[in-house]
Amino acid sequence: MDWLNAIVQGTLLGGLYALFAAGLSLIFGVMRLVNIAHGDLIVLAAYLGLTVTTATGIHPLLAIVVVVPVMAAIGYVLQRGLLNQTLGDDLLPPLLVTFGLSVIIQNALLEGYTADPQKLAAGNLETASFAFGGLTLGVLPVLTFSFAIAVIWGLQWIFYCTALGRAFRAVSDNQDIAQLMGLNRRHIFGLAMALALAVTAIAGILLGIRTSFDPSGGGGRLIFGFEAVIIGGLGNLWGTLAGGVILGVAQTVGAKIDPGWQILSGHIAFLLILAVRPNGLFPRISA
Amino acid sequence: MNSQTYAVSRSSRAARVSAIIGTLVLIILVAAPWWAGRADMRLMGELFLYLALASLWNLMAGYAGLVSVGQQAFVGFGGYMLFALTMFAGLHPITAIAAAGLLGALISVPVAVLIFRLRGAYFAIGTWVIAEVFRLGFAQVSALGGGSGSSLPVAIVKSLASKRAMRESISYWLALSAAVLVVASVYFFLRSRKGLALTAIRDNETAADSLGIDIWRTKFVVYVVTSAFTAMIGALIFLQKLRISPDAAFSVNDWTAFVIFIVVIGGIGTIEGPIIGTFVFFLLRETLADLGTVYLIVLGVVAILVMLKAPKGLWGLFRARFDVQIFPLGYRVSKRDPS
Repeated sequence: MDWLNAIVQGTLLGGLYALFAAGLSLIFGVMRLVNIAHGDLIVLAAYLGLTVTTATGIHPLLAIVVVVPVMAAIGYVLQRGLLNQTLGDDLLPPLLVTFGLSVIIQNALLEGYTADPQKLAAGNLETASFAFGGLTLGVLPVLTFSFAIAVIWGLQWIFYCTALGRAFRAVSDNQDIAQLMGLNRRHIFGLAMALALAVTAIAGILLGIRTSFDPSGGGGRLIFGFEAVIIGGLGNLWGTLAGGVILGVAQTVGAKIDPGWQILSGHIAFLLILAVRPNGLFPRISA
Repeated sequence: MNSQTYAVSRSSRAARVSAIIGTLVLIILVAAPWWAGRADMRLMGELFLYLALASLWNLMAGYAGLVSVGQQAFVGFGGYMLFALTMFAGLHPITAIAAAGLLGALISVPVAVLIFRLRGAYFAIGTWVIAEVFRLGFAQVSALGGGSGSSLPVAIVKSLASKRAMRESISYWLALSAAVLVVASVYFFLRSRKGLALTAIRDNETAADSLGIDIWRTKFVVYVVTSAFTAMIGALIFLQKLRISPDAAFSVNDWTAFVIFIVVIGGIGTIEGPIIGTFVFFLLRETLADLGTVYLIVLGVVAILVMLKAPKGLWGLFRARFDVQIFPLGYRVSKRDPS
């Protein structure tokens, strides 16, 4: 039963990792950009949630309503103002610019909020649980997992059932022809980044309720998200959810064997899958 | 057209003059223990080690197209090997540094086989995962102090030299020779056949492939050699620091972010770039370090601006105006005097 419990808890934790990964997967799919600052943007969203909740006293889950549009706006401005200039055949500029951005965000957060670990106070939600088939499940992890499913379903719907999604797929397939067909790719990329950071905002708030965070935590979140994307297979959103779940289960099972091995066993699972299935489990596009 | 009126040469007057100046500067630097203070020597030692790290990262990213954000894996690995080999195997520190390089090369082989499956930016994050695995792995080794780290025992430190002044001089000379060795190796490697193949890959992978260059193997060799050197530099860094912990040994900021900024600001894909970048970096650090986090923000902004506005860095700006190469790699055709 202990092992089953570890697997179930790991699955629920995987929901959070899938939320870290969804934004990363989305922008890679649309514009082949890998954002090194992604993890720091998740932490930034958590800090924005902290500011909103302490300023207004509302519940962190309600703060999502404020933080999501703010992060989306940041995403659009960031893409149009900075990241669009780096896109092209050369790999180096986007990589190094987002790396620089990561250092800037980290240190700006350090300056603004100090290095003290913070947490979003969510009252009862932090500890509430319910019994389910002999296991005790936390309300927050179940809620996080439901958010992950809803977000990925929503992204899937946007991608395949809306005009915006058609524009995303068009620029993803061929930027120049999409441009000829009357799509402004700079604007489309801006919208894609806005959408990605909206997802990041949800991930950041849920992270902040679940655990404490500090300005230096971005790198770790980026790595978890990245591992989920690669495990699941590039360009496949449901695969990303599966990747997050595998990573989460590997971590909780590892922690069950030895608490010091939690994060390490997640990385090892990732490296094993990379060795056996270099394109991930459910690949849709090749890198 | 008369072919006799043209000459093809590799060297140039600028290269010869700077080679002479470089030799003189090197002699003055070797003599530093007789003219420089302790603090200055320490600072210069650190500068040389950063110069070596930057030249190595530049060889990988600027020439082999292997953009790594996980070089701290090998810096930390080298540092830990220095501690382990001197403390448990009883090696002399200098032997241990060489052994750390060898082990660094060995461990980089399976790492390369695994992460070469990732392309481009995903390769970059993959290297970071490896560095995290190393960090978490070494934190589990309780003989090396686990998560809190350990200090180099006094007896081992004294085995380098019994007097402190002598130890500091040796440590300085080791750093200086590491920098010279790395820059010279990169220079002669790039002038060789393999170096030409590497430059061809950088310029156009498909064309290089069609000319019969084994791309995977060339990149693999660069990765393994770079890892070996990086591990040796790591051992030297922690011989200077005398204390190691997982967080310090595998710090992404100290051993990768700063190195990337150095190369980008100086000029990626040139030998001169990392040298200039290192001096600019230390100049900025010594003048702005009191600002703390603001200094790092400034550094990030400068790196982004350079990447967007002058992707070839400071050396690229200079060269666009003056057409000078201090380390001549290419050949140039010049008109001979008809006299």
